[in-house]
Amino acid sequence: MHSSVITFPGSNCDRDMDVALKKFGFKNKMIWHDDVELPKSDLVVLPGGFSYGDYLRCGSMASKSKIMKSVLNFAQGGGKVMGVCNGFQILVESGLLPGVLLRNKYLEFICKNVFVKANNKDNSYFKDDKKDVYKFHIAHNEGNYFCSNEQIKEINDNNQIALFYSDENGNVNEQSNPNGSLQNIAGIFNKQKNVIGMMPHPERMIDPALSGEDGSIFFENLINNLK
Amino acid sequence: MIVNEQLAIDHGLKKDEYKKICDLLKRVPNITELGIFSAMWNEHCSYKSSRLHLKNLPTKGKNVIQGPGENAGIIDIGDDDAIVFKIESHNHPSFIEPYQGAATGVGGIMRDVFTMGARPIANLNSIHFGSPQHKKTKNLLRGVVHGIGGYGNCMGVPTIAGQTSFDESYNGNILVNAMTLGLVKKDKIFYSKAAGLGKPVIYVGSKTGRDGIHGASMASASFDDKIEEKKPTVQVGDPFTEKLLLEACLELMAGDSIIAIQDMGAAGLTSSSIEMASKGNLGIEINLNKVPCRETNMTPYEIMLSESQERMLIVLENGKEEMAKKIFDKWNLDFAVIGQTTKSKKIELYFNKEKVADIPVNILVENSPMYDRKWKKAKLPKRIKVEKELFKTLKVKNVLNKILSNPNVCSKEWIWQQYDHTVMGDTIQKPGGDAGVVRVHGTNKAVAASVDSSAVYCWAHPLSGGKQIVCESWRNLISVGAKPIAITNCLNFGSPENQENMGEFVECVQGLGEASAYLQFPVVSGNVSFYNQTKDIGIKPTPAIGGVGLIKDYQNMVTMDLKEADNVLLVIGKTEGHLDQSLFARDILNEKNGPPPEINLFNEKNNGETILKLIDKKYIKSAHDVSLGGIITALSKMCIKGKKGATIKKPNYLINQFEYLFGEDQGRYIIEISKIDLESATKILQENSVHFDELGSVNDDSLIIDAKTKVSIDDLIKSHTNWLTNYMEN
Repeated sequence: MHSSVITFPGSNCDRDMDVALKKFGFKNKMIWHDDVELPKSDLVVLPGGFSYGDYLRCGSMASKSKIMKSVLNFAQGGGKVMGVCNGFQILVESGLLPGVLLRNKYLEFICKNVFVKANNKDNSYFKDDKKDVYKFHIAHNEGNYFCSNEQIKEINDNNQIALFYSDENGNVNEQSNPNGSLQNIAGIFNKQKNVIGMMPHPERMIDPALSGEDGSIFFENLINNLK
Repeated sequence: MIVNEQLAIDHGLKKDEYKKICDLLKRVPNITELGIFSAMWNEHCSYKSSRLHLKNLPTKGKNVIQGPGENAGIIDIGDDDAIVFKIESHNHPSFIEPYQGAATGVGGIMRDVFTMGARPIANLNSIHFGSPQHKKTKNLLRGVVHGIGGYGNCMGVPTIAGQTSFDESYNGNILVNAMTLGLVKKDKIFYSKAAGLGKPVIYVGSKTGRDGIHGASMASASFDDKIEEKKPTVQVGDPFTEKLLLEACLELMAGDSIIAIQDMGAAGLTSSSIEMASKGNLGIEINLNKVPCRETNMTPYEIMLSESQERMLIVLENGKEEMAKKIFDKWNLDFAVIGQTTKSKKIELYFNKEKVADIPVNILVENSPMYDRKWKKAKLPKRIKVEKELFKTLKVKNVLNKILSNPNVCSKEWIWQQYDHTVMGDTIQKPGGDAGVVRVHGTNKAVAASVDSSAVYCWAHPLSGGKQIVCESWRNLISVGAKPIAITNCLNFGSPENQENMGEFVECVQGLGEASAYLQFPVVSGNVSFYNQTKDIGIKPTPAIGGVGLIKDYQNMVTMDLKEADNVLLVIGKTEGHLDQSLFARDILNEKNGPPPEINLFNEKNNGETILKLIDKKYIKSAHDVSLGGIITALSKMCIKGKKGATIKKPNYLINQFEYLFGEDQGRYIIEISKIDLESATKILQENSVHFDELGSVNDDSLIIDAKTKVSIDDLIKSHTNWLTNYMEN
């Protein structure tokens, strides 16, 4: 399986994502934002970080990078695109995913472990996954998902919510919402479910010595689904 | 502008210093030159009051690659890997403008580390605020935490540990000390020593603006009522540009075109160019018209003294300019050849084709003032006597609740949750433990780091306090299973012109030197911050020690959370019930006098080394050093982290229960050992003549003290975690 991780100026989880993808068997390439062509890929990943310093709006300037044209074409042709954290912000700014990511409700950066519940397993990202509730890690200042009433209706009608913030047992409630996200949304798909954006960082949970191993489950399953 | 004595005084120079400048130059300096002298000869850059004493610190050791004098210290961690690290203060700017002050403090220290070729792998910080009741404290704390997070998070470097304290002596002068560790291959270390003649001098990074002019001079003065006017001297940080600068520099460093590189920190272009020339024993000429400027009509004076952030000065091999420029173009950063190295041994500046400065480098550096300031030796205070009746009125449970929720003991999660502590995917011990631990990427090794200070002990008796912090740093590293290697220090004191404050400095340095020599825990880098005071009153002396240690196999790392019921708890080191200057004495008895606990360096070393032997044998399930708040505070934290309880009993000693539980005798640890290993472990302790007491055992539900006092784990957690969040959110 071939993957590509895009490095934007200010990306800082690009190496972590590279390490994770390779650990679970992807042949990964790092792609510079100023390149025009994407190499042949089964998965394209927009990593976390502070592309363009989060200036203007998070993800806004990166969404206009040269490489993004190829990423858009790739996604529109059904290619798998995953955006994590700042990558999620870039995906909403590029229009591949609906909605926006606002500042966290309490106006503070949050770095901690959270539980997220997979909502829809009928897609390449979560199909056949052993788990329903994952312990993932979040680290963001702008993860408060928001969209219009019409958009949220459409999102729900099309079963586009990928992950909810939940408690350990999968209960989705206000106490388990770390950032004020609409309906506890931690990640969403596009209509076709080939594009996913999520705030949590599965790549930080791939080793028992780190915060946990639920990221390993996610990546192992993902590569199997893409095969 | 006419330069005269008054103008020199306005620049923070003393009368005799101005006279010395005129004598050395054999003429009156022009305004640009005066600015350069004032920047190089202020306390912050010249260490004029501290140099005499700092040279007594032990700085060598078998693992030391680079000691003080460079951008940062460097230690060998085996397999051609080295760790570059340093701590630095940004106190005055943070008090004036907390967000930018703290942010640029973090940015500055990271630059010091990557200037040497190292990729930053961990940040730490030591921050100290006034009384929680003081009207400024809450906003300063919020601003500083946002600033540290804002910069470090954007850079993608994890903040893995820190220390926060509150004390009224910081009401008018907070402390913000930032520390960075970087990883470098031994053969890819870069230094600031220029070499060769006619080599291009390159400016890279952000453009130069008018921010931070005379920042270093501001940091060398005391605060008065006019501090608001000093806001323009605070630098403005742009972590995004620094991230680009980091990547661009490391990309250039991968080749072999760099002769010398130096970041523009305090005193900007002035100190960076002069340091490179001085170390290389040559001259540098610069055409100031070539310096990329953000604002129009900047004068030579402003260009030389600007402290705009995210800039570097590089001496390159001839003919490598185009190749280097391509790298900086790729990262969208300015790149300009602004001058060259010369044989003149002078710093020569040109602007609009005129020579605007012409100063021999040695005058600025070697001839800079050095003072043997008068200082007063501190007396060891008399022991306090506590009336027995007083203890009878106290209940252990209430005292413990009060101590655990004390601002200086309580959980700082509200703070560190705002710092990205897991980016880079190698953080194996997060903030909240004894030390932060990161793996050396792609290896089995890990590096542990901790930052500590004990202002109260240093204030009560500087010599003992100085020793104590080095020992505490050592213990924190031992507690996670790391072999302590070296330290960096940030020496925060009041005015060196005040004999008592100067005495505190001299004796603290003496104490920390003694301890670091004995423990073979040398000082490899550091920074002095004087004039931490408002009007005439200095802060409590607050040397902060950043310790770094190595764990050869990260699987052997130890944490403080209690692991399993029925395991045995031992206290390593002797408990004598020293209450003077303890948190108990100050917070519960309201007794502020008395000497700090004594330090026995032999026991410190022996206890620590023996614990490492036990860790090596995998006998230790959890460990925590005993410090502020004594045995019961340490044990409570172990219970909270592990969500386990413990049943403990005071041995039959001649001290009372409070002295036993809350005394702050030094050199102690609590360790958890499973019953099967107990015999083998105690044998090792006995063989090494280590004193230990059986404290009790682990249980599943509550902390039970002497069969009389029972506190549930939930209550411990509540006492420990609520204070800071409630304080900040109400």
